[in-house]
Formats: sequence, structure tokens, C-alpha cells
Amino acid sequence: MSTLLFDVPGPKARRRHKILSVVTVVGVAAFLGLVVWRFASTGQFDYELWEVFVTPAYIEFILEGLYYTLLAAVMAIAGALVFGLLFGIGKLSDHAWVRWPCWVVVEFFRAVPLYILITYLWALYRFQIELLAPLVIGLILYNGSVLAETFRAGINAVPKGQVEAAYALGMRKSAVMRIVQLPQAIKIMTPAIISQCIVALKDTSLGYIIVAPGLTYAGRQIWREFDNHLQVALVLGAIYIILNLCLEQLGRFAQRRLTESRTVQGDAGADDAALAVR
Amino acid sequence: MDFSFLQDSWELLLKGFWVTLRVFFASGLIALVLGTFVAVARVSPVPAMRVVGTAYVTLFRNTPLLLLLFITYYGLPAMGIDFGFFWNVSLAAGLYTAAFVCEALRSGINGVPLGQAEAARAVGMPFTMTMTQVILPQAFRLVVPPMASVFIALAKNTSLVAALGLADLAFRLQGLLRDYPSSRTAAFLTIAAMYIIIVAAISLVASWAERRWKVESR
Repeated sequence: MSTLLFDVPGPKARRRHKILSVVTVVGVAAFLGLVVWRFASTGQFDYELWEVFVTPAYIEFILEGLYYTLLAAVMAIAGALVFGLLFGIGKLSDHAWVRWPCWVVVEFFRAVPLYILITYLWALYRFQIELLAPLVIGLILYNGSVLAETFRAGINAVPKGQVEAAYALGMRKSAVMRIVQLPQAIKIMTPAIISQCIVALKDTSLGYIIVAPGLTYAGRQIWREFDNHLQVALVLGAIYIILNLCLEQLGRFAQRRLTESRTVQGDAGADDAALAVR
Repeated sequence: MDFSFLQDSWELLLKGFWVTLRVFFASGLIALVLGTFVAVARVSPVPAMRVVGTAYVTLFRNTPLLLLLFITYYGLPAMGIDFGFFWNVSLAAGLYTAAFVCEALRSGINGVPLGQAEAARAVGMPFTMTMTQVILPQAFRLVVPPMASVFIALAKNTSLVAALGLADLAFRLQGLLRDYPSSRTAAFLTIAAMYIIIVAAISLVASWAERRWKVESR
């Protein structure tokens, strides 16, 4: 953190900061209090609206939705990694007839919104409900394309000296890729890959629009019966936040394990991919 | 591929395109303004503001946009706060994107050369003046590519409002897919092309801005 934006606070500044801190905390508390008050005054805290979340049958129902969400996410991530690897390497190929089609595919699926991709795939499946396939395929295509760019950036971020040394030793391109570039690229790109996994997990919520089993589907069933949209949305939001925070922790753990050796250093451009937007 | 559906539907498609653009600009505006405030809060000397900023980003980056849309669409009217359909959904998209604007801007703030902040401090500028006069203008110049990325994501995320029934491009696609089962691929490619136009336009503006505001490195 760039601490030169402000000096080490002297006594007057410390007092001012304390006052501002108090004002901020009071402001936030007041805002939350207002929200809670509005909740209460419009009857959002009624037990009957929240009862469903402590009923075992419905908890099981939500857990089933969670299972399908995680299943879709895992399948999507696995597929996206394969897709991304293939097309990322394809974009770096020396043969133009490989490069250009890869470029077209990747750019197309990156520019098209996931929502319309899934809707179209669903139409191809004749609008069957309770089907995970359109969701998973759409997720694979989209996240795979983003990962293709990530892999390309990672492979290019491996220090040039390594690649030159490998060629000097007489390795051919595929060997250089396999032995020298890919292992280091994956280490460099781990944060971006984890970030994309979080994106994939969040985007499984789009199963809602194709009536695919999952958390949002379970949520819709519940609020159809109990008319408690807001409560369901809040609980689902909390579940997603917890899932994503766990995934982030997992990612950080995996990154620490993978990059134990400090000898892998990427070039400057690698960090841009870490700002992956979801 | 059968593009004949265009004859009857091109007006609806253009209307949907316009709705998409309106949602994009409304949420983009909210996201830009709010995101800047949260970014400044995250680098502020007041610890409480840093906590609030971090909490905001953690909350809104880890929640799916669809759920945020449900919360504002169903929840706000249930609590008695209603800005109207359009602004409810734009608010949700704006709040969501603001978290990403904040992160992109923060990397820019940290990327402004340290000497600038040092000089501002040496001249005696307090924090807010340093931010508004020295750091933020330079930070915005630095973060054009990540910002373009954020806004492209926003343009694509506006398609989610179709799930609530707002008649944007994605909503029109759903209609077309049902009404013209023989032209499914054509309909998809048409709508995809319209989104690609929006994305390409954003990229063009970003390239122009990047060239204009290029930081001359010595």
C-alpha cells in the first residue's frame, strides 16, 4: 500500500482520523439500522418468511441445489482448463491456419454474453428443463476462451532467456512448450486461473434461466411456494459469498504450494491478467 | 441459415438494442462514480473507511449479479423503496460493477509513481487534495485497459436483466428462439453481432483514450 498518500499522522491528524472513523462507523450503523428498520416495518422479519430455512426438508433441498451448482462448476472448470490450454497454445502456433481459427473462436466466445450463449444452447436442446448440459457447455466455451487468453499471456510471460536456452539446446517447439514454458506459465498464472474458477462458480447461477438444477433453481422453487423472494435471495447470496471466499482461500493455499520455489518470476505483463474481471 | 425473421423483427431488435445501451450507460455511470469513492476509501488514512471499502468490494465481487438483481427487483419494493423497474436493475448492475471499477482504479492509484505523492506531501497538500488534484487524474490515465475490460464485462452483464423481463437484446433473443425455431442459429448470430458491436465500440473508445492519455515515459 502506498503510504505516501498521507504522512504519519500527527496529533491533530490523529484526532481528525478518529472523528472520521467514528462518523463512518456511525454512518454505516445508521444505514444498516435503517435497512433493518425497513425490513421490520414491512414485515420482512416475519418468521413464516424465514421458517423454510430451518426446515430440514427444505435445507436438504437447498443442499441438493448446492450439489448441482458445485457439480456444474467443477465440470465447467475442468472443461474450460482443457479448452483454454488447447486454444491458448493454438493461438501461439507458428501455422497461420491454426492461429486464425483459434483467434476467431476465442474472440467470439469472449465477446458474446454468457446469457445469450446459454439461451441459444438451451434452444438447441429443445428447451428441456432440468438439464445441466447447456449451462456447462456455455460455461466451458466462455471460461475456456478467457483462460485461453490467460494461458497465452502466461506462456509469453515466461522469461525469454529460458526459451532461448531451450532452443539453443536443440529442443523443438513442442518440447520447449511442454518442458519449459507450460510448467512455469501455470505457476505464473495461478492467481488468474483461480479468479476464473470463482467466475465460473458465480456464473452457474445462470442455470436459473434454463431451469437447470442448482442453487438458484432451488431458490425459485422455494419462493414460488413461500413468496419470500428477498429472504431467499439474501440466503443464496450469503451461500455464494461463503463459497467464493472458501475458493479464494483454497486458491491462495494452492498458489503458495505451487510457487514455493521463488525462482519462478514472470515478466511484468503477467499481472494484468490477475485483474481478471468477472 | 435463414435470416428471414429479420424482416418482421428488426424494429424490435433495434428497440432491444436501445434498451441495452440505456441500461449500460445508467449502470456504467453509477459504477464509475461509486467505484471511485470506494477506491479512495480503500486507500484512505482513516482505518474505518478502509474497512468499509474492503467490505463493499468483498461483498459485491463474490455475489452473482443475478442474485443482486433479484434483491433489488423483489427486495427493494418489498421494503418500500422503489426507483422504478429500469433504475432498480441499473442500480444492481452499477453496484456490482463498482466493485470491479474500484479494484481496477486501486491498481492505478498504486501505479502512480511514488514521487508524485511525495511531491504533493512536500508541498503540504492534505489527503483529499492529493487525491483529487494529483493522484486520481493520473490513476485514471493509467487504468484505461482494465477499465475497458470492466465496462465490456458490464455491457455483457446487462443481458441478465432479461431474466427479470426487461426487454433488452437478450430478451428479444429468447422471443426469437421460440418464434422462429428454424432460424435459431441465425437469430443467435444476429444478437451476438449486436453485442459484439457494443464491445468493439468500447474497445475503440478505450484505444483512443489510451493513445490520447498515454503517459510519456522518459
